[in-house]
Amino acid sequence: MCATCGCGPDSKTTYQLVDKDENNGHDHNHQHLHSHEHSHTHDHDEKHNHSHPEKKVIDVEQDILQQNNLLAERNRGYFDAKNILALNLVSSPGSGKTSLLERTLIDLKNELEFVVIEGDQQTNNDANRIAETGTRVTQINTGKGCHLDAHMVLHALQGLKPKDNSVMFIENVGNLVCPAMFDLGEKERVVIISVTEGDDKPLKYPDMFYSSTLCIINKTDLLPYVPFDIEKVKANAKKVNHHLEIIEVSCTSGEGLDKWYKWLKSKVLQPEVVC
Amino acid sequence: MHELSIVMGIIKIAEDYAKAADAQFIDEIELDIGALSGIDMQSMEFAWTQAIKGTMLNGTTKKINTILAKAKCLDCEAEFEIKNYFDACPACGEHLIAIMQGKELKVKSLLVS
Ligand SMILES: Nc1nc2c(ncn2[C@@H]2O[C@H](COP(=O)(O)OP(=O)(O)O)[C@@H](O)[C@H]2O)c(=O)[nH]1
Ligand SMILES: [Mg+2]
Ligand SMILES: [Zn+2]
Ligand SMILES: [Zn+2]
Ligand SMILES: [Zn+2]
Ligand SMILES: [Zn+2]
Repeated sequence: MCATCGCGPDSKTTYQLVDKDENNGHDHNHQHLHSHEHSHTHDHDEKHNHSHPEKKVIDVEQDILQQNNLLAERNRGYFDAKNILALNLVSSPGSGKTSLLERTLIDLKNELEFVVIEGDQQTNNDANRIAETGTRVTQINTGKGCHLDAHMVLHALQGLKPKDNSVMFIENVGNLVCPAMFDLGEKERVVIISVTEGDDKPLKYPDMFYSSTLCIINKTDLLPYVPFDIEKVKANAKKVNHHLEIIEVSCTSGEGLDKWYKWLKSKVLQPEVVC
Repeated sequence: MHELSIVMGIIKIAEDYAKAADAQFIDEIELDIGALSGIDMQSMEFAWTQAIKGTMLNGTTKKINTILAKAKCLDCEAEFEIKNYFDACPACGEHLIAIMQGKELKVKSLLVS
């Protein structure tokens, strides 16, 4: 059992590099069975007390997310060293994360180098969609796990070997609650909602909107058909997080994507080259 | 149900510390949980009863300190308790607030024997 993601023996996380020509064939399915010592134990209590059962208090004062946070910082160090821009995409199922990636990977193919990690409980469907665009992608299947964590991303990176100066998209498991607490080491967190969802979503799932840096409102082509007050959703999102940037797009019509591309390119850092 | 991951994290921390102190039993565990930590207490209780079986926390008394959330208004500098991220400043009605307390999530202490 892996203590970081809490997965039981019946729900092992798997990692599969999916390529375009052999969508399903490829047998690089790594079962993650080892348990590493990513953590440390304190042994400042060397004086053993052999007069049990005497009671004593241990001041622990340890953040419960510390193990994930340390691994996230390690991922972040790897991204920084390779000048990789890592983005964590979060939303409810069906808001359009994979659609946004498909459009972006094709439209910006000649301008940026991309690599993708797909997180789903089951299936390689999303990785297959990404592989169709010609982009290198690893699918993580979390089994029963409802979010990605830094430990899973670390293992996905081992097979993926992203190039220096690339843009890495990590599509999280579709869920607006659980992924909020787990830093993956990303530079930016992008939350996506679509106009077919309620305009009170930022108020119902505030943790996700609080922890994100950009909010994309997708499926604006459907606005004439649904009772969705776009100004209200923006105001609600800003109430939760006044730093949040908001971009409206339609992955179907392409409307607004130019603003998203502009935002993305503004985040790409030029490497500080030393000759 | 990320609460299960959280409980697994708690078990790992508690067992590591208890073993390092050469303890056989964990009689009590004290947790600090902020009101805005993202933990749903009912889910936490459920995950707890599921996950502690066969661990050193089986039978341990759990003491939870709920840490109230506090924010400071960036406009008028008032400090106040909040229940939600989207609460407005009670003094000036603005939403430009900075959260100062309430996101805690930690194992504070253990009583071992
Ligand atoms: N009308 C409309 N449908 C969209 C748009 N973007 C995505 N969809 C549809 O929404 C569904 C879910 O999209 P997907 O990208 O798989 O969502 P994900 O679960 O967040 O990855 C698919 O049927 C898409 O075709 C959009 O801008 N407009
Ligand atoms: Mg998807
Ligand atoms: Zn591992
Ligand atoms: Zn601010
Ligand atoms: Zn969950
Ligand atoms: Zn104020």
